[in-house]
Amino acid sequence: MERSAKRDVVVTLIVSAILIAVMPMLIGTYTLTVLVIYGMLGLSLGLIWGFGGILCFGQAAFFGLGAYVYAIAAVNIGESTLPMILAVLLPGAFAAVLGAVMFYGRLTDVYLGVITLVVTLILFKFINSTAGPQYVIGDARLGGFNGIPGFQTLNVPGDSGAYIWGDAYFYVCAVALVIVFLLVTWLLRSSFGRIAIGIRENETRMALIGYDVAARKTVLFAIGAAIAGLAGALFANWAEIVTPNLFSLGQSAEIIIWCIVGGLGTRLGPIVGAAGLAYLKFLLGQQSMIDNTLIMGLVLVIFVLFLPRGLVPAVGSLWHASVGRTARRRPANRRMRRARHG
Amino acid sequence: MDISFVILVEMLYAIASLVLISAGLAVVFGMMKVINLAHGEFMMMGGYATITAVGLGVNVFIAMLIVAPLVVGLIGLVVERLVIRHLYGRLVDTMLATWGLSLVFIGLATMIFGNTTTGISTPIPGFTVGAYQINGYNFFIIVMAVVLVIALYAVLKGTRAGLIARGTMQRSDMAAALGYSPDRIYMATFFFGSALSGLAGAILAPLVGLVPTSGGAYIAKAFITVIAGGPSLIAGLVSSATSFGLVNQIFTFAVSPVIGEVALLIAAVILLRAMPQGITSRFFKGKL
Amino acid sequence: MAETVLETAGLTMRFGGVTASDNVDFKLKARELRCLIGPNGAGKSTFFKCVTGLLTPSEGHVFMRGQEVTGWMPHQVASLGVGIKTQTPNVMDALSVHENIWLAARRFFTPVEAVARTDDVIDRLALGSIARTDLGQLAHGERQRVELGLVVVTDPWLVLLDEPAAGMSAADVDRMTGIILEMTRSAAVVIVEHDMQFIRSIAETVTVFHQGAVLMEDHVDRVMTDETVRRVYLGKKA
Repeated sequence: MERSAKRDVVVTLIVSAILIAVMPMLIGTYTLTVLVIYGMLGLSLGLIWGFGGILCFGQAAFFGLGAYVYAIAAVNIGESTLPMILAVLLPGAFAAVLGAVMFYGRLTDVYLGVITLVVTLILFKFINSTAGPQYVIGDARLGGFNGIPGFQTLNVPGDSGAYIWGDAYFYVCAVALVIVFLLVTWLLRSSFGRIAIGIRENETRMALIGYDVAARKTVLFAIGAAIAGLAGALFANWAEIVTPNLFSLGQSAEIIIWCIVGGLGTRLGPIVGAAGLAYLKFLLGQQSMIDNTLIMGLVLVIFVLFLPRGLVPAVGSLWHASVGRTARRRPANRRMRRARHG
Repeated sequence: MDISFVILVEMLYAIASLVLISAGLAVVFGMMKVINLAHGEFMMMGGYATITAVGLGVNVFIAMLIVAPLVVGLIGLVVERLVIRHLYGRLVDTMLATWGLSLVFIGLATMIFGNTTTGISTPIPGFTVGAYQINGYNFFIIVMAVVLVIALYAVLKGTRAGLIARGTMQRSDMAAALGYSPDRIYMATFFFGSALSGLAGAILAPLVGLVPTSGGAYIAKAFITVIAGGPSLIAGLVSSATSFGLVNQIFTFAVSPVIGEVALLIAAVILLRAMPQGITSRFFKGKL
Repeated sequence: MAETVLETAGLTMRFGGVTASDNVDFKLKARELRCLIGPNGAGKSTFFKCVTGLLTPSEGHVFMRGQEVTGWMPHQVASLGVGIKTQTPNVMDALSVHENIWLAARRFFTPVEAVARTDDVIDRLALGSIARTDLGQLAHGERQRVELGLVVVTDPWLVLLDEPAAGMSAADVDRMTGIILEMTRSAAVVIVEHDMQFIRSIAETVTVFHQGAVLMEDHVDRVMTDETVRRVYLGKKA
């Protein structure tokens, strides 16, 4: 097990190094950056949904929260290091409180979906209505639907004049994604991760063994939110403006589509789904024949109906079949189904 | 005196519109345990159907009360046959697929009607009470909601179809064993639920500027009203619409409309946390 | 004098107007094996669920090793060192036998120790040939056995089993009887059961439930020959 863990890390590092070197030759780094950020956002939901069985319809809430926390803190502080840290911690803390309320209430499935969706809407409506000059936090005007522009973007820690932008910013985001990916890998291999998977499989049994299911789900939920918060802060730096649309239902829907298309119960699936679909959307945005939303919707419907396991597991089993290895049954397939129905 | 009358009307109006918004979703959820997240878009299409029909010279009431429900009901029928049918018993998958459908409908509406606001004027004039102007159309909405609830009750309680429907609601397997094809019952239910959504969208259309993304404003409210209502269809619908409508209006008057909306949503979170199975799992147990 | 490990006092559970468990006083000593029997709806399972924390009793108290545990959550009860097996097999379907048992062991032991104990239990329960198979692919009897493994591996001092023999073949039941008897060397065991054959083979003291209350409590032989018990079971008129 130890050896396979090391091999995993080495493979991850080599593959990502190659991708980071090659991809900028194919796609502009400005676009690539946002694909990487969406990949991280996809991973955050993939972690809690695919491995924790927590169906969150409001992952956009934590994404938007991370972005807003960063923007507000950056305006007030004028340096980016502390705002980045806050943008990870605050969404995590918010999710911990929300998660505790939901999980200790033994809410499941649909009810979880409703509450996370509603919380997203509350944030959206609230931020949208803060156009007036009375809505300020420190020096930062919330600006309602106009959002917050013109905050300090990422700089070298300690030197607020040394901005990190353009190609350099892409590399920062890409490395951040690799680090988060490795952390998630480590988490899932640890006892905590394996217990989380056990909880996804059978909550009652895990409680009867003696695990505090609610506490563990709350922690996992908070970790997912912290990752989404980091993605939000990186997005804020990329867009150089934050708007209430970050909290929108459409954004939440997209994150879910990424996970379904990429494949739940895998670490790679949500990242691939996010980057792939975001790039597809980018390409589609350059034509006006067919509406973008229509295609995203069709993709979701078709995947739910015909390929509910998602791309990565499907490609994986194809690979195993064609290479002719006696494919070790991927429990991920059934895991995923269970995550969505159990 | 005048102000209290105005407030009373506003309260009733808030409750009535919640009932209208949620009825279609409640029927489909109560009968089939299917959450149709494209419900908001069904309403949006009801609105567009009305406006298009009126544009073609149809009387506005006929357009609202007959054309829109029929058109949306038929769309619902197609959706049920093509998509929902394959996902029965898979609650989460149905939610995801219908969320996808909602995006599809938004996209279609954008392509057909463009991303601009359209609307029709309210067909009923307003009047004044003392110093206050009251929108006469609000009365129409209140009346329609009351008629809808009574009609729903009458159909479920008084007709053979309603009896079969109630049976299916409780034990679909037993209904099937008695020779009633669940497939056909579900098909009919989805048609009926979609038609109700279309009707609601049509009735509310004159009050809002219609854009392809209008559905988003409805779905969350409908969703929480239905879930918070719990297992009893009509009692749940009315009780949760009443609770949320009151909360909404109280905060709207006390603070502002936005806070009213936010208060409604917060009330929903608290209510669901306290009664995870919905209001009617604790009160009005076993009622329709 | 062995200590009392499980005690209920006036335990009552009502669902609406139905009293499913009616003022049950129950005592269990360390390393005792006790079977709870009774016809369908006698309140055995409700009693079981109240003790394990799956239900919160309407009235009365539950004590474990002298500590009041009334209204505790199942995970708190289990954390005391109580092994629980529910009526329907409750296992992690997409995980292997080894992973399942390891998860139970990990609750009380370090990761390394958990692996050692898991391997040990897999040996003892003769699960070696299916150790890497997912639970979802196993037959009913095997799943029941794995669930017993989940209970055994934590080294509990109190074991509560709800219908462990349900739906098992005769060979499976035999094997399970052995496992349970071995458990009683270190733990008190409560078994809720229907299967009279199984009860005869394993039980000493039996508690009979009827209409939510305890009808009688005695040695298995006397219970089996008791006229009232026979009447309750067979529905004979007095």
